[in-house]
Amino acid sequence: MNVLQPNSFRTGPDERGHFGIYGGRFVAETLMPLILDLEKAYAAAKADPKYRQEMDGHLANYVGRPSALYYAERLTRKFGGAKIYFKREDLNHTGAHKVNNVLGQIMLALRMGKTRIIAETGAGMHGVATATLCAKFGLPCIVYMGAVDVERQQPNVLRMKMLGAEVRAVESGSRTLKDAMNEALRDWVTNVSDTFYCIGTVAGPHPYPAMVRDFQCVIGNETREQMMALEGRLPDSLIACIGGGSNAMGLFHPFLDDRSVEIYGVEAAGHGVATGQHAASIAGGRPGVLHGNRTYLLMDADGQIEEAHSISAGLDYPGIGPEHSWLKDMGRVQFLSATDDEAVAAFQLCSQLEGIIPALEPAHALARVFDLAPQKPKDHLMVVNLSGRGDKDLASVEAYLEGKKK
Amino acid sequence: MTTRIDRRFAALKEEGRAALVTFTMAGDPDYATSLAVAKALPKAGADVIELGMPFTDPMADGPAIQAAGVRALRGGQTMIKTLELVREFRKGDDATPIVLMGYYNPIYIYGVDKFLVDAKAAGVDGLIVVDLPPEEDEELCLPALRAGLNFIRLATPTTDDKRLPAVLNNTSGFVYYVSITGITGSAAPDAGKVGAAVTRIKRHTKLPVAVGFGVRSAEQARGIATGADGVVVGSALVDALRQSLDASGKATAGTVKAVADLVAHLAQGVRAARRVAAE
Repeated sequence: MNVLQPNSFRTGPDERGHFGIYGGRFVAETLMPLILDLEKAYAAAKADPKYRQEMDGHLANYVGRPSALYYAERLTRKFGGAKIYFKREDLNHTGAHKVNNVLGQIMLALRMGKTRIIAETGAGMHGVATATLCAKFGLPCIVYMGAVDVERQQPNVLRMKMLGAEVRAVESGSRTLKDAMNEALRDWVTNVSDTFYCIGTVAGPHPYPAMVRDFQCVIGNETREQMMALEGRLPDSLIACIGGGSNAMGLFHPFLDDRSVEIYGVEAAGHGVATGQHAASIAGGRPGVLHGNRTYLLMDADGQIEEAHSISAGLDYPGIGPEHSWLKDMGRVQFLSATDDEAVAAFQLCSQLEGIIPALEPAHALARVFDLAPQKPKDHLMVVNLSGRGDKDLASVEAYLEGKKK
Repeated sequence: MTTRIDRRFAALKEEGRAALVTFTMAGDPDYATSLAVAKALPKAGADVIELGMPFTDPMADGPAIQAAGVRALRGGQTMIKTLELVREFRKGDDATPIVLMGYYNPIYIYGVDKFLVDAKAAGVDGLIVVDLPPEEDEELCLPALRAGLNFIRLATPTTDDKRLPAVLNNTSGFVYYVSITGITGSAAPDAGKVGAAVTRIKRHTKLPVAVGFGVRSAEQARGIATGADGVVVGSALVDALRQSLDASGKATAGTVKAVADLVAHLAQGVRAARRVAAE
């Protein structure tokens, strides 16, 4: 596909929140004044050096940043190609990249005088991060989680409760992440004056996609510095899993204008894109409007949203962040996918060769690293975002493997 | 350009009373029943008919209307069938205004231009699309106005005086005041606050103002109809329909009557309002 590429991929969105045709502010009127306020408050915070300074302090001392850029030597040797590095977001406090974004949003909520925090969560990592920072800053926290996800991510439900959050199981629709987001939006529409909605990914109405991206860019910015220190040059390729796509956007965005860097996003193919039971909105969807933005979505011929399927609760969403949709159309990011089977195999291999149990989400990215790495020369530097740790997934993987035996 | 909506509100103003605006879901629980319900509404006392276009992810709706959407989709309702329903209704009623209400994605996927042509041809008079604020007017609002349809906007308690002109600009037919911050069918509106809000909106527009969200009883309807030009009832009607279904969720002989009886009861409340106000 020949597309006229812009001079920079890093200038979006425009003032109305558009990345090309994607993004926007498709929300009910009740919420419109709130997201306009949020946009203003975020712009003011961004311009305030004290806000940045305080955030950097918490990132260093509470989250434990910078996270390591780790050379995965045994995996590199096994595949005999590219030199594989892991960006170790799994080592952050709370065990995933989600905390980078939540910290920024909770600090913003405090600046705005909001006294009640709501969030949606799929795998529970965003819920845990939100519950954690609400505990730290003394704010009440309500987390909406699909009933199916409550079931398959029990360890995270227990963590959220221990941290003092209220977990509300959502029984409507497909009872997963998309329905949790609907329910959070319904809460926000009802509790407009005191409530801050802490969205977990680079989706939703403007300014969320840009704001969450900004908070996650710490991943890519650190990777750049660390790679320069370790290898004296930029990486040759980046790869990350994509549900909504916040870990991927955080790694990719600082490198978008370095044209020598190949960028790969990996969606969840579930039982296979051809089966229709998957969560790959780029591979199997088309542009539509949901949850405040226009983006690639899984839907039927009548515009009804279809249920996604993935073994990974964190990728089990029928959409993707709007900036990813734009980068796909522009040809800057290549989108691949990995099935449940491939992700579980990568989950096991990474655990056994590197002593790192990845979350099922980044295991999807690893699955594609394992085919891309052998095709690359030995001096090719490949960075995979190890966006979270896999403790929460042990029971699901065990059950999955037992099921396969039968 | 005047539409059936403009003409209906003008006529009711002459009569000195407010409009009863009813909301039911197209295809709930099946196409034939929802058509029969729609046909029964004007006779029962509905002045303006809002028909829901079902959507899988109705972010601003409470449990009653969410469930109605699920029933309609399970019953096989599509946008094509919703437009067909309007066309069928129009064969027997060329005066009662019909407003389609829902979310943008099914319209976007149908194709905005094709949708506007087909909706106009079917006899639709106006649109309410919950997730299209004025910031997104180029998507559907402006093309709809050019196609001769009213685009009815929601104003809410969070819409302050500074924002109100932006919300009213490009609004036509009537203004739909959402009486609470919340989802459909949740809290009951406070009649006093609603009256003040209607007065505030009327300072900015000559359009009729209809009030909805949370109106369930004839008594509430009467209270609101005293100050507003219209009262919208949705969740209560959808609940009445649900209660008439059999154990498997199918329509019964009593389904149409259950909705029509409640509409008739609400219509008495609305029609009593101005007399009370005049006394």
